[in-house]
Amino acid sequence: MIDMTRPEREPGAISKTVADRLKRRHAAERRFRLYGIGAIAAAMAILLTLFVTIVGSAYTAFVQTHVKLEVFFDPRKIDPEGTNSAEAIRGGDFGGIVKASLRNRFPEATGRRDKRHLYDIVSTGAAFDLRTMVLENPDLIGATRDLWLVAGDDVDMLVKGKMPRDVPETDRRLNDRQIAWVDALSADGDVEMRFNTRFFTAGDSREPELAGILGAAVGSFYTMLVTLVLAFPLGVATAVYLEEFAPKNRWTAVIEININNLAAVPSIVFGLLGLAVFLNVAGLPRSAPVVGGMVLALMTLPTIIIASRAALKAVPPSIREAALGMGASRIQTTFHHVAPLAMPGILSGTIIGMAQALGETAPLLMIGMVAFIVDIPGGPFDAATVLPVQVFLWADSPERAFTERTSAAIVVLLFFLVIMNAGAVLLRKKFERRW
Amino acid sequence: MTGQTAAAATEVVASPEEIREVKATAREVGVFYGETNALRNVNLDIRKNEVTALIGPSGCGKSTFLRCFNRMNDTIDGCRVVGGIMLDGDEILAPNVDVVHLRARVGMVFQKPNPFPKSIFDNVAYGPRIHGLASSRAELEEIVDSSLKRTGLWDEVKDRLHAPGTSLSGGQQQRLCIARAIAVQPEVILMDEPCSALDPIATARIEELIDEIRQHYTIVIVTHSMQQAARVSQQTAFFHLGDLVEKGDTEHIFTAPRDERTQSYITGRIG
Amino acid sequence: MTTDHIVKSFDEELNMLNDTIARMGGLVEAQLADSIQALTRRDAELAARVVSQDKRIDDLEHDIDSLSVRLLALRQPMAEDLRLVIVALKVSADLERIGDYAKNVAKRTGALAGSVPLDPVHTIRRMSALVMGMIKTVLDSYMEQDLDKARDVIVRDEEVDALHTSLFRELLTYMMEDARNITPCTHLLFIAKNIERVGDHATNIAENVEFLVSGTLPPGDRPKGDESSIVIVEPRTADTEGSE
Repeated sequence: MIDMTRPEREPGAISKTVADRLKRRHAAERRFRLYGIGAIAAAMAILLTLFVTIVGSAYTAFVQTHVKLEVFFDPRKIDPEGTNSAEAIRGGDFGGIVKASLRNRFPEATGRRDKRHLYDIVSTGAAFDLRTMVLENPDLIGATRDLWLVAGDDVDMLVKGKMPRDVPETDRRLNDRQIAWVDALSADGDVEMRFNTRFFTAGDSREPELAGILGAAVGSFYTMLVTLVLAFPLGVATAVYLEEFAPKNRWTAVIEININNLAAVPSIVFGLLGLAVFLNVAGLPRSAPVVGGMVLALMTLPTIIIASRAALKAVPPSIREAALGMGASRIQTTFHHVAPLAMPGILSGTIIGMAQALGETAPLLMIGMVAFIVDIPGGPFDAATVLPVQVFLWADSPERAFTERTSAAIVVLLFFLVIMNAGAVLLRKKFERRW
Repeated sequence: MTGQTAAAATEVVASPEEIREVKATAREVGVFYGETNALRNVNLDIRKNEVTALIGPSGCGKSTFLRCFNRMNDTIDGCRVVGGIMLDGDEILAPNVDVVHLRARVGMVFQKPNPFPKSIFDNVAYGPRIHGLASSRAELEEIVDSSLKRTGLWDEVKDRLHAPGTSLSGGQQQRLCIARAIAVQPEVILMDEPCSALDPIATARIEELIDEIRQHYTIVIVTHSMQQAARVSQQTAFFHLGDLVEKGDTEHIFTAPRDERTQSYITGRIG
Repeated sequence: MTTDHIVKSFDEELNMLNDTIARMGGLVEAQLADSIQALTRRDAELAARVVSQDKRIDDLEHDIDSLSVRLLALRQPMAEDLRLVIVALKVSADLERIGDYAKNVAKRTGALAGSVPLDPVHTIRRMSALVMGMIKTVLDSYMEQDLDKARDVIVRDEEVDALHTSLFRELLTYMMEDARNITPCTHLLFIAKNIERVGDHATNIAENVEFLVSGTLPPGDRPKGDESSIVIVEPRTADTEGSE
């Protein structure tokens, strides 16, 4: 029965109380919305700052200072015996040629020390460039050409304005004479910024101006490939088995808890495991992407399993019932109906797990992928490093020019991560449209 | 009309005077969920070409009993079925029975229309495909056509057989599910509250469909609507708290039930 | 009687239906008693009142009809409730017919008022007392859902039928003895027939009560004691045997 004993109030009085309250309620709602917008704005500002800082310090790494010199391909230095064979050319003294060119340009440098300083203007990599040119075109031997040669990292820094000129000479890596030479070159229009192709085509180097990201990128690629090949089938199969086939008993509960715990294990522990098992017991090669991939696969497995299980759980049970009711077997039910519906979730879980693995450093340090490797790896068994480790290595290097390269490497890493996440979104969209 | 349905139409429809053939027999069927005894000692004959309605309040075990007929309870962890069900003389609760084969003989339609997220055609063709009932594409198309025609859906969907099944209305989806079930030519069709999510017009269509197809199949239907049980069924069984309280001709159950609990339930009394 | 439906207003409507039946039954009983009294006392005034009162019974029947239709349409009663509504419809029709017979008896009382009193009137009174007893019992059985009382009524109808047969012979004999008796005897014949029919309707109600209570209809052929349709009385041999 409805209680009618409540004192009756004037209808206006009620609406007044309600209106007052309503005002407060609306105000509270507006406040809450403002907090939310504020939080997002703060996050966006921080992210933007991060991007601006990184990109701001990275963009100069994508260009490189070159100096123009008149180069005489002295046959005596390249091929003293005149055999004209590739082997002989490979042994040629191209460094001497570069030095000769510099001496030619600045004959005033006479002392030993002066000469050494002079030679610092051009990178030691210039000699390799010349050798490559001659190997491609032996007719150059004996000819004289105006060539743009890679400048040394200090010159590069100076030209990019990252080396202060107004500090005492002893505090600079270039002395006054060197600066004067560079200025002279610059006055003649013989200093130019060119796109830094080497950064994308070379492996690591002690010389910043010669260091490239490709070795690390290829290392990352092989590592990710191994990770994907191992973790995706294993993870999805585990998830499908646990979710669709395994009986729900104490054992599966224990397994589930352990998988969840595994996802929370610090990544360096996986690195230790890799070191102990894959390197010391199994005797797999050090610093190889295959081992890195295996370690990262271990680390990514829980993520993939958890994401896949969640995706499988999200498939409405009515679909399973429908299929089973039609007389489909468990496997048919799973692979005809449940797995396709869960696929977008599984794939995005996988990609996010892979992106996480791509950015992982610590476990790879443990298995020796932190080594200095100049060569671009030719396969998963070659020694290699990966992008985040490369960032770590460069950030650790003393040369000023490595700072901008570190940022550039971060930009490249972020670029791959964005690509992968975009891929996750696209895949999800594509599969979801097909229900 | 296809040859198949034409042939079926010429079959003699069982008249009420004829001896009512028993299609399936449940003997002392009981179901346990863990320690809970959800169903006790159910004895019930399901008659051929008739609609048997299972009614009762929520949690009375009627759906559980229904799901014994195609062993869908097997999919529930900790569910144990005791007793025996004979389908045309075959014991179907025996552990060595192939449930896949059983479910081809005993089709099921669920409470919520649950077409596969595939095309209308693929929905109906799924059963024949997995059971290998069609040897050619043409034969498959023939099965799909006749199943859709028999459920009265053909005229509504013939122009969009490759549209997703989920794009149909609720009532159409449920008829699609029935078409999907009959595409494998089952002997028995189980329906678990097939109209509870539908409006009265769609419900009436389904009821009419049930009445039509019962000439070819044996139907067991769980329903919460007593009116629906009264309208579509020939036999009614009333379940209460895991017991089969009363069974008999629908007419009799709804005019003069013998048991007090049945009486209370169907007249809407506090029982 | 009907209680404990989850929907309370359903109970209320069913109870209202029963109350109306009870009121109608009471009215019909009174009408029949009054008409018989008017006949035996040759009271034309009472007879006229009975005739005028019949309208009330008709109104009540109409009420029951509309209430039943309403219940069927809106409540979709099942089992016991369904039987209750169906039986109420049928019982009200029977009661209405009984009311009509009472009115008919009362009308003929007016025509009889001018003629000499005849002995068979007493037989009619005995017969009507029997029938009124049946009506009372059958209404009780309906209200109490008492199967025994209802079955008792069905048995008692045989007695009424037997009485009617003998009354038929008696009246024929009277008519043969003296042609002046033909007019009053003919009226009495009709009155007797009416009262016999009331007994039949009471039996109908009893059968409906049986359906209401047990859910099964009684077997088709019920005991028949009325042989008046085959009675032949020869003018010479005017025996009045069997006037028990």
